Amino acid sequence: MSEEVKVLGNWGSCFSRRVELALKIKGVEYEYIEEDVYGNKSPLLLKYNPVHKKVPVLLHNGKPIAESLVIIEYIEETWKGTPILPEDPYEKAMARFWTKFVDEKCLPALWRAVWSPENEREKAVEEACKCLETLQSALNGKRFFGGDTVGLVDIAANFIGFWLRIIQEATGHGDLLSAEKFPTLFKWTDEFVSCSVVKQSLPPRDKLLAFFKARVAEANASK
Amino acid sequence: MAGGEDLKLLGTRQSMFTQRVVWALKLKGIEYEFIEEDLVNKSSLLLTLNPVHKKVPVLVHGGKPIIESKIILEYIDETWKERPILPQHPHDRAYARFWAAFIDDKLMEASKKAFALTGDDQVKAIESTVEALQLLEKELHVKKNFGGDEEIGYLDIVAGWIAYWFQFIEEVGGFKVMESAKFPCLDSWTKSFLQVPTITQNLPPPDELRFVFGAIRTATCPK
Repeated sequence: MSEEVKVLGNWGSCFSRRVELALKIKGVEYEYIEEDVYGNKSPLLLKYNPVHKKVPVLLHNGKPIAESLVIIEYIEETWKGTPILPEDPYEKAMARFWTKFVDEKCLPALWRAVWSPENEREKAVEEACKCLETLQSALNGKRFFGGDTVGLVDIAANFIGFWLRIIQEATGHGDLLSAEKFPTLFKWTDEFVSCSVVKQSLPPRDKLLAFFKARVAEANASK
Repeated sequence: MAGGEDLKLLGTRQSMFTQRVVWALKLKGIEYEFIEEDLVNKSSLLLTLNPVHKKVPVLVHGGKPIIESKIILEYIDETWKERPILPQHPHDRAYARFWAAFIDDKLMEASKKAFALTGDDQVKAIESTVEALQLLEKELHVKKNFGGDEEIGYLDIVAGWIAYWFQFIEEVGGFKVMESAKFPCLDSWTKSFLQVPTITQNLPPPDELRFVFGAIRTATCPK
């Protein structure tokens, strides 16, 4: 049966890139459709994700699935081959737990810390660093969160693995993720981006850096 | 019977999240020991088993803790295969996970705000709550249960707080949105959900909920 797999995404979105990484890990061919998320949302996006109107959306034989983590679980269950989740139910539950922690605690705290005004920055950075410290403990001496290979938690933490260091360069603040503060987590980011399947699913570094430098300039101009 | 001596559930009778796990275990006929937690004075057991979030429910299987109610539900379904609560097909599972996330993120956040806030902020939160309920109403259209099956499943269990806890959130929060005329499908689903013996036999008494919600509102309401 010929399969039709499409991804509605955005080049700079870490959520969109999570889905692309998962598909590449499984060796699934797909058609990529770039969505302009800052401008007018396309009729295609509004049709396939009417509830949230966001990327990413996976279309499998015309049927849409939205929300990156829901999509990744779908990819895992639909295509065999390299596993993204552990087989053992307890290990699977732990992977889902840490994934949820990244999504619901780490990412919002990091985002707040990056964009917070000077007078609120110290507190925001402290909270974000607490999250990073807790997340670091989940590595527990392993090369990746998934063990020897990239797994669900690594995919979910792609923002920390790649985007965060670029954003730090753009803002000039290096006080969130550094080798001094979080040596094992920092090392993980190097391992993550060196992984060949990950490399193929990352946005171009220069383009992302330029994008965030522009956002920083906009934020400073409006002060 | 499955489960037995090495299965414990830390929770509280009033917690909607704890009850999800109770319902799933009882639907599957799994034996377990229930440990009622005092959330004001958290036990050292709870703090040891869930150091990251310090919350209930926690399922402890063979000494290993599993945290976060939706993650626990998936764990239970993967570990004890009788009377499945999640659908079999990956696309249906994605549907269930998507709407479970919607209920716990969008609807719950809006309801919490409607409960705790006053004035214009409350009005805005009530509008968001209604919008979320309208989307769920649409999904229930012509279906007996959220999962589309004759019997209740994962999504009904996750949505269970709407059938019972929500009325007390409204009562104590001082707002009313759930009317049978406006949400006929949700109303019908609520009535049939509350007729399932496992559900009716495992609900906290109204006065206990009123008391707990009253205490929460007093503590969190802006003065």
